[in-house]
Amino acid sequence: MELLFFGIAKDIVGKSSIDLSKNSSLPKSVEDVKLFLTKKYPDFSKLSSLAIAVNSEYAADDVVLNDGDEIAIIPPVSGG
Amino acid sequence: MKKTIIEIVKTLNVDVVYKELSDPKSGGICVFVGTVRDFTNNEEVISLEFETYKVMAIKEMQKIANQAIDKWNLNKVVIRHAIGGKGVEEPVVVIGASSGHRDACFTACRYMIDTLKETVPIWKKEVFKNKTVWVSAHP
Repeated sequence: MELLFFGIAKDIVGKSSIDLSKNSSLPKSVEDVKLFLTKKYPDFSKLSSLAIAVNSEYAADDVVLNDGDEIAIIPPVSGG
Repeated sequence: MKKTIIEIVKTLNVDVVYKELSDPKSGGICVFVGTVRDFTNNEEVISLEFETYKVMAIKEMQKIANQAIDKWNLNKVVIRHAIGGKGVEEPVVVIGASSGHRDACFTACRYMIDTLKETVPIWKKEVFKNKTVWVSAHP
């Protein structure tokens, strides 16, 4: 399971991806990912919003995660 | 010919969009170009830096184009966004639509740029003389 970071999320974490597959306890849901991140990196709580995409689609908090999923951390977007 | 052109590019060429949207069934072509402004809140902007989660950004841009085509019966749509560093006056996004009558393409372009700004995973960092700021990151 890989977490990808973009924009300010990349600055907060200090890298563009984290491989969680060696972790003993993997996040089971999108909500778990958000809890894991805000606990480890409190700066995530200061953002205007925090969205998660699973396999490049926006995912609600209750979406269940699988081992091979690509999980992207989407801070407030600002294209255009 | 394909109805939509959806792209993320390093260098945006705004000159090609008219030909891309030109269509025998269209009586109107509308194009919006987003560009780099020189000042934000009285602070001089040196440049903007864009990055994207490309595979998802393309999907989200395609969704916006499809919604607009369904809603306003457009003949052709172009959504093209630049990434990387862009200086003042440089174009960063081009949105275009062609349709039978002008109302549809005006309204559709407005909808597409507004929705792109809300949903497409592209991020912009403003580079000032002494600092950089991720736009909209904080309340």
